[in-house]
Parts: sequence; C-alpha cells; structure tokens
Amino acid sequence: MRILIVGYGMVGHRCASVLSELAAQRAAGDEPVSITVLSKEARPAYDRVHLTALFNGSTDADLTYDDPPGVEVVLGEEAVALDLAARIVTGAGGSTYAYDALVLATGSRPFVPPVPGHDLPGCFVYRTVEDVDAIKAYAAGRRVGAVVGGGLLGLEAAGALTSLGLDTHVIEFAPRLMPLQVDDAGGMALRQRISELGVTVHSGTRTEAVHAGEDGAAAEMLLAAGHDPSDQRTLPVEMVVFAAGVRPWDTIGREFGLALGERGGIKVDAHCLTSDPHVYAVGECAMAMDGRVYGLVAPGYSMAETAARHILAGDSKPFLGADLSTKLKLMGVDVASFGDAFGTTAGARTTLYSDESQGLYKKLVVTEDGRLLGGILVGDASAYDVLKPLAGTDTPLPADPIRLLLPPSDGEAVTLGVGSLPDSATICSCHNVSKGSLLEAVQEDGCATVGDLKRCTKAGTGCGSCIPMLGKLLDAAGVEQSTALCPHFAQTRSELYEIVLVRRIGTFAQLVAEHGVEGADVEGCEICKPAVASILASLSGRLGGPKHILSGEQAALQDTNDHFLANLQKNGSYSVVPRIPGGEITPEKLIVIGEVARDFGLYTKITGGQRIDLFGARVEQLPAIWRRLVDAGFESGHAYGKSLRTVKSCVGSEWCRYGVQESVAMAIELELRYRGLRSPHKIKAAVSGCARECAEAQGKDIGVIATENGWNLYVAGNGGFSPRHADLFAKDLSRQELIRAIDRFLMFYIRTAERLERTSVWIERIEGGLEHVRDVVLNDSLGLGAELEALMDAHVGSYTDEWRAAIEDPETLRRFVSFVNAPDTPDPSIEFTTERGQIKPLLTIGRRADRTDDVKDLVSAG
Amino acid sequence: MIKQIPVCRYEQLIPGRGVAVLLPDGSQAAVFRTAKDELYAVGNLDPATGAYVISRGLTGSRGGMPTVASPMLKHVYELASGRCVDGPAGPDPAHRLPTYPVLREAETVYVLEDPAIPRDGNAFVLDDAGAAAGDA
Repeated sequence: MRILIVGYGMVGHRCASVLSELAAQRAAGDEPVSITVLSKEARPAYDRVHLTALFNGSTDADLTYDDPPGVEVVLGEEAVALDLAARIVTGAGGSTYAYDALVLATGSRPFVPPVPGHDLPGCFVYRTVEDVDAIKAYAAGRRVGAVVGGGLLGLEAAGALTSLGLDTHVIEFAPRLMPLQVDDAGGMALRQRISELGVTVHSGTRTEAVHAGEDGAAAEMLLAAGHDPSDQRTLPVEMVVFAAGVRPWDTIGREFGLALGERGGIKVDAHCLTSDPHVYAVGECAMAMDGRVYGLVAPGYSMAETAARHILAGDSKPFLGADLSTKLKLMGVDVASFGDAFGTTAGARTTLYSDESQGLYKKLVVTEDGRLLGGILVGDASAYDVLKPLAGTDTPLPADPIRLLLPPSDGEAVTLGVGSLPDSATICSCHNVSKGSLLEAVQEDGCATVGDLKRCTKAGTGCGSCIPMLGKLLDAAGVEQSTALCPHFAQTRSELYEIVLVRRIGTFAQLVAEHGVEGADVEGCEICKPAVASILASLSGRLGGPKHILSGEQAALQDTNDHFLANLQKNGSYSVVPRIPGGEITPEKLIVIGEVARDFGLYTKITGGQRIDLFGARVEQLPAIWRRLVDAGFESGHAYGKSLRTVKSCVGSEWCRYGVQESVAMAIELELRYRGLRSPHKIKAAVSGCARECAEAQGKDIGVIATENGWNLYVAGNGGFSPRHADLFAKDLSRQELIRAIDRFLMFYIRTAERLERTSVWIERIEGGLEHVRDVVLNDSLGLGAELEALMDAHVGSYTDEWRAAIEDPETLRRFVSFVNAPDTPDPSIEFTTERGQIKPLLTIGRRADRTDDVKDLVSAG
Repeated sequence: MIKQIPVCRYEQLIPGRGVAVLLPDGSQAAVFRTAKDELYAVGNLDPATGAYVISRGLTGSRGGMPTVASPMLKHVYELASGRCVDGPAGPDPAHRLPTYPVLREAETVYVLEDPAIPRDGNAFVLDDAGAAAGDA
C-alpha cells in the first residue's frame, strides 16, 4: 500500500510518525506499506508552535523534528496537481507520486488583509522559520514596529518585536484583544497588562493602508476606527507584521475537485476522509464534522491519528470536534480559556472577579446546580490546572465559585486543591498521567516526594508545568512536604537570610545554636554549611563579618571549590580562571596567562564567558600560579563560587559600525561592581552594544542591551539544561538608573531566593513573579529600595581580591598542600596523558584495587 | 604489624575539615577533625569516581552520626563506619570507605595502619588492637 502525505508541518509529521509506528507493527504476511511525505518547505518538520523561541536564543535546529523511521521525505517539493481518478499527485518539477491513500496536511497560510501597501518592503508575516529570520534581520537597528492582529498569533508576534527591542503597536479590528478566547472584560484586563509591558494597543481599529517612505519601504500606517474619513490617523512605523489569522491552505482540494466548506477548508467526515474515498485531510486545511476549521495543534494531532489509524489499523477513533481550551503565557501574562468560556449553555450563570489595579480578570461559568461549565482567567491562570478537568463533569465544585476566584486572604484562604479533582483528571498531559495513577504511586509504591513521583510515573518529566501540582497532590494525600533547608534547619534559605540580617548573626555555630532545629548537631551538613556560608558572605560587608571566605570558622563551611578558590576537576586536579572583566585584555596580560599555563603545564581553554580556563593544577601549585597572576595584575575570577561569574560583552560602539553604546566599558563597570558578590547560585551577565545582541545578553541572569536612548535591562535569562529567555525589565535606562535597578534586583534575589535557585527559576517561583519583582525594584513597592542599595554599596565597599588575600596569609597558604604529612610530594594519583598537544587527565578509576574489595577478600579468606 | 603513622600537629586541623595523608604503602587516607573536635580517618579514594578527594569533602552529620560528603558526586559517607548513607541515587551499599583508627598523642595526630586488619568500621577499637589483629 502506497501512502502519500502532502504537507510536512507539525500535523503532517505526526501523521507520518503514527503511520510509521503502525507500519512497523504489521505482521510479515501483511501487504507492504510505503510512506512518502512531500514538504513544500525545504527543511524538515519543526515545532511551529514554539516559533517565538527563536527570539529567545533557540536555533531552528532546536525546533526541528526527526524524520520518522521508514518514511521517505521529499523536501522542497510542492504538490501542484491531483488526479483523483488516477490517484496521482504531481510535484512542481513534474515528478509524479502515485498513491493508494493520500493525506492532505497542507496547513494554512497567513491571512494578509488586502490593504494598499501590504506587500511593501518592511511588511512581514509570522509563520515560518524564514519569516522569523527575515523579521530579526530587518528589525536590527529599527525602533518601531506594528503587528496587525491582536489574537494569539498577533500577541506572540508583538512579544517577539518587543524582545527585539522595538516599540511595538498592536492593531486589532475587534474591540478587544484575543476575541476568540476571552470576553470584553477579559480583553480589557489583558490589554492593561500588555500595555504595562510597553506595547501600545489600538483595538476596534482597521488598517487601511501601509505607506512607503522615501526609501520605498513601509514607513507609516493609515488606521481608521470607523467609516468616517475624519477618524483616520497615521502611525509612523518602521516595520509591519501581519498576524491577523490564517486561512486553510486548501488550494489543491479546491482546484482538483474535493468538496470544501463555505468559508474554506477541505470537508472531512469523522474519519477525516474527504469527498474522495482515497483522500484524507487533517489539521488546519480541513473542515471537521462540526463545521469548524481547527487552528490549534492538539486537534490537528487528533485528526492525524484518526486518519492514520483509519488507513492502517481500521480502529480509528472518530474525530467529531475538539476542546478549544487554552492556557498560555503571552509576554509573561497568563491567559486561559476553557470549556464554555462565553456562557452559551442554556441556563449558564457566571461568577466574576476583576481587579483592575492588579490586571486580574477571572470568570467561571456554572450550571444552575453548581457544576462548572468553563471559564476565563487573565493575569493569573494558576487555577486552570484544577478547574479545567472539572469543567463539563458532574463533579460538584468544592466551594462557592466566587470563593474559588478570590485571592487567598489571611486566615481563610479557599484554594481549589488537587483534592477536589476526580481521579480520572489528567495531571500530566505530556505523559498522560491521571490523578488516580499518581495516588496509586503514593499509596502503593510509597512515593513520598515529587522526585519519587517523577521517577515512578514519569509525570512532570515533560514540560514540567504540572510539578507544582505534584507537590500539592502529595500534600493532599497527607504526605508532608518539608520546606526545611536540611535536617539541621527548619527554615528555608531566604528565611535564614532574614534571620542573619535582622539578628546580625556572624557565625554558623551561632545560627545553628540559636535557630537550628531542636538538638541540631553543630556539625551541620554539606547542604546547610555552604548555604549559610554564602549568606554570611553576602552580608559580610553589612554586618562587618569576616572579610575573607576562608577566614575563621568560615573555612570549614565552604564547598571544596570555594575552599581551594579553584574548580575541582574529575581527577582531583583544579582549574584556574583569572578575571578578565568584560572579556577585554591587553596583549601583555594575555602573554602572562600563556606563560603561566606553559610553565605549569596546564591545559588551556577559552570559556563561554570570554575568559581563559587553565586546567590540571594540583592543589599545592595553586598559590604559585596565583602569585604570578596577582603580580601581573590579575584577580580571582570567582569561577569556583556561587557568585558573579562574568559580564560578557560585544565590542560596542567604540569599534563596531552598528554599536550605539560603549558596551565593553559598561560590562567592565558592571563586572567590577558585582565581582565577588556571593549569591544563592551563580550569576552571569552580558552587555550588547546594539539590538543585534552579539553578547547574547538575553540568555543571562542580567542582560543589558544598548539602545539609542540608553540601556534596556533584561533579567532572569538562562542557558543550560532548561534555557529561559530573559524578560525585558526596563527600557532606555540611563547609566545610573541601570546600575540602581541591577543593584536592587540582585540584592532582592539574594534576599529571597532559595538555595541553588537561579534567577530564572526564582522569578517564576516567587509570588507575583516578574511583575512583583519589577514593582519592588522599579517602583519600590516594598520600600526596600534604599536598604537593597545600601547592602550593595556595603558589598562594593568591602570587596577584596580573595586570591591576593590568600597568598598574603601564611595561615591560609598552609592548607594548599598535597599531603599534610608529605607537603612536598605531589599526589601520585594525578596523572596526565596528552591529546591535541595538551594534557588530559589519565583516570585512576580501576587502576588501584578498591580498598573495599580488599576487605571482602580478607573476610572470605578468614 | 601495626604502624603508627604521624599525620600532623593537632592544631593544624581545622574543625569541620579534612586533610590528605600519604600512607607508607602509597595509599591515601583522609583525616578529619569535626566541629566537636572528634578525629576520624577514612580512605581518601572516592569509590564512585576513582579520584583521591575525600579529604576535601564537607563534614556534617546525618542522624547524629558524623559524615563526609565527597566533593565529586556528593556521596555521603559515615566517618565512623565508612558506609555510604546517601548519594545521587540514595544510600549505596556498594560504595564503602575503609576506616582507620586515629589517635592524638601529645598534640600529634597519628593514623594506625595494619594491612592485616579488615577495615570494617567500628569493629576495630584501639584498645583491642592486638586482639583484633590476632583474630584476623
């Protein structure tokens, strides 16, 4: 059987994957199956839903899907003709593809209103990787952009333009934003929140024309609110993105005889079969049984499975329509809509909660007898996960609807717990794990922590959004979830910080004696000791504590890296990273690093933070290495500490033809200001001299991007295992404003974050999220501003170079020996081989008989 | 034959930290002084990774028993028994540190080594050294 799929978007890819799996399960005697996919785009299938990730530092490779096994994929092949009688598809180049079953998954095309000027240079659509590349390239150096369309796609495009540093306008024809998902009041709340992020919203407004400037590119939009020409006004723009919706790409069906819906879309039945018994249509090009064309990916996937199973398995689940519930974060604002969100069910009653001051709008739709039908949540969609599974079920609501919507108040917080969900409710949609299976894991397999549940059920290991629910479920099941730092302290790290600050506690011993759990061992442990050491170090400038992290009692608290002021590597040797502020270094200093590395036989590697890492130093070599480095003017780079690492920079306006500010100078200033600042986790920063963003600042905890008017500040970005695009925090700051904002932000983070919590996790976790932090930092909503600045000033004023202090203190130096009883004998277990002209650790594992094996031998011999 | 190997002066040991000791047979021990000024000695080899780094681990306590956490993958070992009581995947009976008797005499710290003695945690008591050796 020859199966042909036309279209290789997300739905075409899913269809090919399901067919590939089904084909692999066929018995030996079954008719052989061939699966061919024609892709108009010249690239493999990719995750179009996460296109915005391309603005957040992801590459198109991150979004690309693997081709399913056994499927022949023809890239760059557009199907232009279809002969239903002969069952042949013809490609643009004249190739023909015969089929026994054909699946059309051609998707949709962006709808561009046919206004004059819509095709000028500077006008874009937002649909493919190529569109994103073109938008990014064109946006560089430009300042104002407009998006036509205030729906889901339009707001995503607006978020993309904002992240490129453009002043962004959104033009929506309907009176409100996201007209399909939310009602008028919800649209108002959304508009308020989006406006606060610097996006100007023009709703109830039509785009009449795009006018060209002198260079022939888009320079101005003509907008109208009504039909009266006097309503018209102009909006100066430098680029326009059309994201006003999509239309089904049904051309091939239209031209070659398949039945279509009145407003487009290839008509299909419950098995996704079109009017021809050999042709299926799935996804956005198809009009389903219920007369709708679904533009979301989940219904597309269901249709792909229905069609694939109908072709090969004969047990397809009919596709009759889909739930349009959505929950998303647009530019950091929660928007969710589920079930009968508009209250169209007969007898439906609505309950509203709205707080304009907070940009919150919540609505529940219930039946007369109190069953939930649907709802809308704007500004805070945290209840979505528990409310959505209840909608349309017979499970009664656990409390009055209004009490479920009200924010928790002191004393009587009514929160809709996971306990109120039926066992059939899906908690993890990535791995389709129900509440019932999770409870079973708790009760029968003894899962007692979120980690246990993840290992046991796979829940929470996909997108991770249900992890908070897993914790709540454990609570509801009566399993105590401790927030205690460790067995010695019942407090969290942030609570300990407050205690140390307020009570002016100077030592671990005092803290554990006065505030540890009853009978806490003064020994502490490997969790609380470094955490408390970090707090004491963060506050040492303020509390006048030990100036050096290795002085006094603190010496015993530091993790091994901090203890030797170097980074432990796998064979027990250390690496050394001198600070190179902003990545700027003179040839003389570069030569010193080279000479030191050569003389001590170290492996050298350029780091991602624009400095040089020297590997393979033995403990006893570290002081000698650093004496040479300190003499040459270097200081500790704190690569070993939970502290500021580097401030990366591009070369900036001093040299770069495009730069608009001196990014190197700013990076050096920031790196020197925050060097040595101990924090709950490492902090990385970067400064870019223009919107081209060569320093990749949006992947850093602190990202600064130059604008013509000053500096844009981004916060809470992260690379690593779970990358996070930084949030735009404030725009066009002066130097002083920028430093003040960063001072406050970092000190607020240090004060309130938990142990080993990066800014990216902290800002998602902290109550109120980004908005709250912005309020605290920029509007001083907690009145902490002056105190946070004073704390930072104290840090800056008390900074000393840890390595200079170490090599000047004989007491500290005495610890840098291989063996306390043979200080002149190098550790014989540290050995190297060479590779590519440099040293490489020769691993000792297995080289020497493990002493525990000796024990076994002796015991059995005895 | 029991050897009494001098390690260092007692005051050189920082409460809550360890030092590495080279033993006459070329093997390595890690000697710790806890915050409560107790002395312990275990093998310096981290069985999980093959690196000689246990002496650089952080001391602490679990359920009142003094411990050291390997700086490599954070396996936690009881200093008295050498048992692995925690790690990335929980306690691991396959990993165990050898233990050594340690002794403080006139401000000098010594490790006692007798290759004939099974290094099996608390089984070895200083006063019974001769008897224990004879039994083995």
